[in-house]
This record gives sequence, C-alpha cells and structure tokens, in this order.
Amino acid sequence: MTSEHPAASPATPAIELRGLVKSFRGKAVLRGVDLAIGAGRTTVILGGSGSGKSVCMKHMIGLLRADAGEIRVLGRDVTQFSERAWVAVRRDFGMVFQSAALFDSLPVYENIAYPLREHEDWEEARIAERVAWCLGAVGLAGLEKLLPAELSGGMRKRVGVARAIALGPRIILYDEPTTGLDPANSRRIGELIQRLQRELGVTSVVVTHDLELAFGIADRIALLKDGRIAVEGAAREIRAEAPAALREFMEGDEPAPAPAGAPPP
Amino acid sequence: MSMPLASVAQLGARTLAGIAASGDFLLLGVETARALVRPRFPWRDALVQFDALAVRSTPIVVITAVFTGMVLALQAAFALTRFGAKPYVGSIVGLSIVRELGPVLAALMVGGRVGAGIASELGSMAVTEQVDAIRAMGADPAQKLALPRVLATTIGLPLLTFFAIVLGVAGGMFVADLQFAIAPSFYRQTVVSSVELGDFFSGVLKTVFFGWWIGMVGAFVGLRTTGGTAGVGQATTRAVVVSSIGVLISDFFLTKLFMLLPAEQLLNRALEALR
Repeated sequence: MTSEHPAASPATPAIELRGLVKSFRGKAVLRGVDLAIGAGRTTVILGGSGSGKSVCMKHMIGLLRADAGEIRVLGRDVTQFSERAWVAVRRDFGMVFQSAALFDSLPVYENIAYPLREHEDWEEARIAERVAWCLGAVGLAGLEKLLPAELSGGMRKRVGVARAIALGPRIILYDEPTTGLDPANSRRIGELIQRLQRELGVTSVVVTHDLELAFGIADRIALLKDGRIAVEGAAREIRAEAPAALREFMEGDEPAPAPAGAPPP
Repeated sequence: MSMPLASVAQLGARTLAGIAASGDFLLLGVETARALVRPRFPWRDALVQFDALAVRSTPIVVITAVFTGMVLALQAAFALTRFGAKPYVGSIVGLSIVRELGPVLAALMVGGRVGAGIASELGSMAVTEQVDAIRAMGADPAQKLALPRVLATTIGLPLLTFFAIVLGVAGGMFVADLQFAIAPSFYRQTVVSSVELGDFFSGVLKTVFFGWWIGMVGAFVGLRTTGGTAGVGQATTRAVVVSSIGVLISDFFLTKLFMLLPAEQLLNRALEALR
C-alpha cells in the first residue's frame, strides 16, 4: 500500500523487521513478519489474543531472539547482538509493559529513578528533579513515596509510562497499554501516548487489540494475522480500504459457542 | 509412534533439556561472577539481601543446631554407656557437629528457607515481566538480582555454620551435664582434645560451596520461571529439592576431597608451627 505513495511514507524507519520468524516449543508464532516503523510516528500493531503481537514487539528491544529474519533499530542491524551489545541500544528505548511491571518492592520514586541510576551518574537532586518531571508528564505529580501496590491499575500504567520516558528515549514501546483499564482510563492513556509523541517527538509503537485506541492514536496501522502482517498502511487508508480485514479481526477467528440450551437436570 | 519409542524419544528430549539447563546454569554462574567486578556494584541490594537471607536465618539455624547437639549427646551417652565409654560424649558430639552436622544441617535449613524465598521472589518477578523490565532498561538481571543473593548466601552460610557449630556443641554440653553428670569443664576438654582446627576448617569451608549453590539454584530456577502463579509454586518446590539434594551429594564428594588433599594436615602443621 505504501510503495505506491512514496510521499506519504515515513523517512528512514526507526525499526525494521524483515522475515521475522519465531516459534515456541515447535509452535510457530511469527511466520515471516515484515514491518517498517516510521520514525517520529505512532504505529499500532493490531492483532487478536495470541496472535504474537507482543512477541513481535519483544524482538524490537531484544527481549526475545529471532529464529530467523533480520531486525534493524535506528539503522543498525541488531539481529545477532549479544545481551551486552543490546544494553547500548536499549538506552534509546522506553518500554511500557502490559502489567506495568513496576518493581513492587520499590516506591514510585525508585521505580522511575531505576534507569537513571543505571545509565547516568547524576546527583540525587537532579534525579529527583527528573522523577518529578516524569510524574508531572503523566499527571501523577507528588506520588513519589507510594508503593505500586497502593496505586490503581490506571495509575500503575502511567507510572510505567513515566519510567519509560525517564531517560529521554527516542522510541517508546507500549505493550497492550489499555488492557484491564476502564474506558475513561483507556482514553486517558490514549491521550497520554499522543501527547508524549507530540511533545517529545518520539517514535511510538503500540501493540493492542483495542480498536478504539488504535484509530484514536495511530498514524499507521499494521494488522498481524497468522504470524504475518496481513494489512499495513495509514490509519485513514486502513479504515477506508480494508474494512473486510478489520471486520474479520473484530469478529475473531474462532466460531461463537453454540447456544447451551437448558442445563442438564 | 509406538509406546516404547515414544518413551525413548521423551527420555532423549529430557536429557537434552537437562544438558541445556546445565549450560544455562553455568552461564548464569559466569555472568554473576563477572558482575562482581563490573561497575555499579549493587551495594544496597547486597546488604538488604544479606540481612534477609543470612541474618534472618539465624533463629532457624540456632534452634536446629542446639537441639541437634542435645539429642546427639543423649544418643551418644546412651550408646557409649554400654561400653563404659560415657566420658567420650564430648568427642563424639564435637567431631560430628564440627565436621558434618553443623555444616550440613545449616545448609539444609538455609537451603529450605532461603532457596524457596529466592526462587519465589525472582519467579514472581519473572512472571510479572519485572525481569524483562530490568533488561528493557538496559540493566542486567544477573548483576541486579542474582549477584546480591548469591553473595549473601555464599558469605552468610559459613558464618551461620560457625554459630551452628558453637551452639550445637554447647547444646550437647548442657545435656551431658544435666542428664549424665559430665562436668562442663571435662566435656569442653574432651571436645578441644579431639577436634582439631583442620576438622573445623573442613566443615566450614564446605559451606562456602553450599552457600553459593543454594543462592545460584534459587536465582536460576526463579529467573527461568514461566506459567504464572502455578509456575512460581513449581519453581519454589524445585529450588528446595535441587538445592537440598545438591548439598547432600556434594557434601560426600567435598568431604572425600578434603581427606585426599593434604590441606587439612598442612593446615594443622602450620598452626602447630605457629605455636
């Protein structure tokens, strides 16, 4: 879809996946994913449960190792990178996990300070300043001392976002950012993703099955199905040109259960 | 596939998985050792873990040691009386506790308490993506999670064993005095005359390995946990079983090794020369 409109396509891609293959215990999850993530854009990868979209995302930051294929991040071929070589690459990333993955033994402050302490030799005052800025950016100013267990699901997600932006990343990965949230909190997360993308000029990659979120925030949408990218293009085009694929996605692959009828006596 | 063939294939698959796991275990061991000299040593975590894993294991180790010493004195006196050798209770209790029971019982108690604790904590972190989050932030789980714990058990267990030995022998003395009218001064004398410093070192040195093993098994099993809360439960059980069995098996070989090596005799001779 993009090749016919070179003007509409993004410049050098921030992340490029070519023929990505991954299986777990002999079960193929990704069967050759080709995808270019445009720099400075928000790309949403849509897919049903178990379609491998989170697996796809974890390859972008080296948490999983591909069985075959090629991965390029910011122009570098990182496919064969060792865990140590990845460290430098990951400095350019922020990742927001599905479960927020906050360290539950540490207060909010230490959670956000964690990447700073790992990569910078800052004085405590400067760290405190940055932590306060991050919390302000996600609308949770002043919550430094709370423990993750004392936060609601939506707040935990937003602290996860605050931690992801602490180092000033160039790419932010969001793994199912609205899963488990009510509609109001989902909307708030969507707005936050948009605002951060605009204000920080980052590249955002969002993995989700939430159509409303996807069309609310996406510049581009890629639909993952059967281990491959089935459709990819600008959000507007996808809505206009690929309604069949979207409908299929919304209805799911599995047949609806037959009516149960009366329970057995 | 026919039944026997299927089971052969399964055996093969299990063997391969076992070999792969051993390789991963060694790799984690190497990574942890390397993390020891890498910048940003996790001082705070190491102290926190030393407190949680070693200091807080003191009560359980002390109770085990005291009562083992007491029951050992009871049994030894009971048996030795038949041969008219009751005065040697101190020697039997001393040698058994110092060479064998102090180190191994301390390791088993710590392995149960701490191995389970490490595996369940790191296992929970693994299944809630916290371990992935550490990696995603460009940090190393071997340095941040494994190293502080392995260090705490490797340094902590020998210290705990020292307490176990002293208190176990004291427990024996208490029973010998109360039940069998063996004067504490005489008991002490029999202990000191039969237990040499080499015995003491052979006992305590083993626990450096035991401590490393317990911490490593807990960390390894924990970090590899998959499968949600059920997986955490399995990991915890596995960590306790593997660390305990490992302690008992390696104890035999380490003891044999110490006997073969002239280290013990050399040490004794050196100490005598110093005197």
